[in-house]
Amino acid sequence: MQSLHTSNRIAAYSTPVVLAVLLLGFVVLVALFGDKALARTMAETLVRVVLVVSLWIFVGNSGVISFGHAGYMAIGAYCSAWLTLKPQSKALFLPDLPGWLMQAQWPVFPAAIAGGLLAAFIALLSGAAILRLSGIAASIATFAFLAIVNTVYSNWEGVTGATSSVVGLPRYVNQWVALGWAIAAIFAANLYANSASGLALRATREDEVAARASGIDMYRHRLLSLVVSGFFTGVSGALLGHSIGVLNPDSFYLGITFISLAMLVVGGIGSLSGAVMGVLLLSLLIELLVRAEQGVAIGTTHFALPSGSQEILIGMAMILVLILRPNGVTAGKEFKLRPQWLRQLRLDGAKSTN
Amino acid sequence: MTNLAQLFFDAASLGGLYAMAALGIALIFGVMNLVNFAHGEYIAFCVFALIVPSTDAVAVMFLGRAPALVLIPVVLALGGLIAVASEYAVFRHLRRADPVAMMIASFALGFVIRNALLAAYGGRPKAISLWPGLNTPVNIAGASVPLLQLIVIVTTLLVVTGLALLLKKTRIGLEMRAAAENFTMARLLGVRANRVITGAFALSGALAAAVALIMATQTGVADVKMGGQIMLVAFIATVLGGLGSLPGAVAAGFLVGIVSVVLQAWLPLDARPFRDAFLYTLVIICLLLRPQGLFVPASAKPRV
Repeated sequence: MQSLHTSNRIAAYSTPVVLAVLLLGFVVLVALFGDKALARTMAETLVRVVLVVSLWIFVGNSGVISFGHAGYMAIGAYCSAWLTLKPQSKALFLPDLPGWLMQAQWPVFPAAIAGGLLAAFIALLSGAAILRLSGIAASIATFAFLAIVNTVYSNWEGVTGATSSVVGLPRYVNQWVALGWAIAAIFAANLYANSASGLALRATREDEVAARASGIDMYRHRLLSLVVSGFFTGVSGALLGHSIGVLNPDSFYLGITFISLAMLVVGGIGSLSGAVMGVLLLSLLIELLVRAEQGVAIGTTHFALPSGSQEILIGMAMILVLILRPNGVTAGKEFKLRPQWLRQLRLDGAKSTN
Repeated sequence: MTNLAQLFFDAASLGGLYAMAALGIALIFGVMNLVNFAHGEYIAFCVFALIVPSTDAVAVMFLGRAPALVLIPVVLALGGLIAVASEYAVFRHLRRADPVAMMIASFALGFVIRNALLAAYGGRPKAISLWPGLNTPVNIAGASVPLLQLIVIVTTLLVVTGLALLLKKTRIGLEMRAAAENFTMARLLGVRANRVITGAFALSGALAAAVALIMATQTGVADVKMGGQIMLVAFIATVLGGLGSLPGAVAAGFLVGIVSVVLQAWLPLDARPFRDAFLYTLVIICLLLRPQGLFVPASAKPRV
């Protein structure tokens, strides 16, 4: 006979399966439609899923808001670009790269992993400093980190191309590649959140003092989650670069910080399902608003929203959600199979073997 | 000697600007624990209020044409107005929310204001000329100092002493300090929460407007992004000074200004574009040594 606790724990692991099936369903649906533009949008949405899920690994479990994740994204994106661009174009646009990097022409997959690892390493270094601060002060320090990354990448002419964009990245990221990484990120996030470290970290989120009194080393768990989060954020940066083909330091600054936080907040910071739902909901909203800005022809008259209204309306939506439903759409709940069903399955299985 | 005097005036005026911006943020944080990410956009809003809304490259002065005696009070009032309006529209409904939710809401509000400005004025920076006469240099102690720098230094001193007097000597000041110390207790003792919070927002907005006027005169440019950078510095100054401490915010604002001028002067030429990166790294190191900030207010100690 299984205890209720055990079946609850098993049910917690069903969340990523539910989410993966949901995303797979969307992608298959889009593939059946066969619309090119729709497939592009889907790929972009899935890259955002990778980003927001990895943001959640840190923010959702620790309760500390990070404004610095766009920085880890930039680090991953540029690392992957250095490794995959043709040596000739690197010699032309990025003349100050060290020799071995100049000659490197890696396949895309290891390059994405390398981007993630570099971002994770920088997350370890920056986190070791920043996470010693208390919650709000740490958030502001992550903002300073973002500014550091942006200053360096927009001025290091010979290595990052500064404000003139890096072009010619192989555009291999379609909806299937993005789906693969999104599912990987979701599983990793769930595994981390249910690990000993993840549970300890969530205890500090609920009550810092009580968690400390129970012997939890908050700093260590925050740092670990930031490193895991940094890896997938770096990968999401690489994916973004390889889906649009162009890199610019300013595309990894306030705009993307805002939109990823908006998605997390609207979906609900407290749960992984919230992070994924937030991306899907806001991506849908953005797509509708972009269409509305381009205009809809009804009869002979042409209706269009003024440009810029997309950002304004999304900002307002975010404020409204914060006021009306502060815990987000999912209110901290996870999609998962009912523990009772799992128990029933186990029991049935046990009977049939007898 | 000349060089040192020049450096002193540069550092004091930049520090003064930062100190004023930091005060605007620390005031609101002290009263309601809100880290106001919309503050930079208040500054940008006040700069753009000087010119006629249009997406053309050439700016036509609107408010900016009024004589200084009219212009300054009007812009200060406008700054106060947008801050109070944002409190009414957004933050009033989040009184019971935790500081993190308020911080994200202010970030969203800033994003809304920024994009509204972009829609009305276009994304390109515009040249504006507000009191160009103030940039003519004057000779003091062998250094040629733009008149504006002297005005900034004097203004900062006036604002800081004015604010100190307001906080120490008037009833509303007393109420604000009480609210900053312990909001619930202050309310129980008869401090009217709405009045104190509205007052803090109005003051903070007026400070943003003062910063906007100085920046517009100094740089001669109206750019939507101009609020962001100074807001970041102001945040850093408030954290460095100890969140919630007003004297700490002023002191740290000056400190950041001085360090960045010194870095600008002494860094090798190749490294100068990375000045801000060095500055923020120094700040993070400084926070590692003193995580609570340089001047810790009594109210910052967590209570169990």
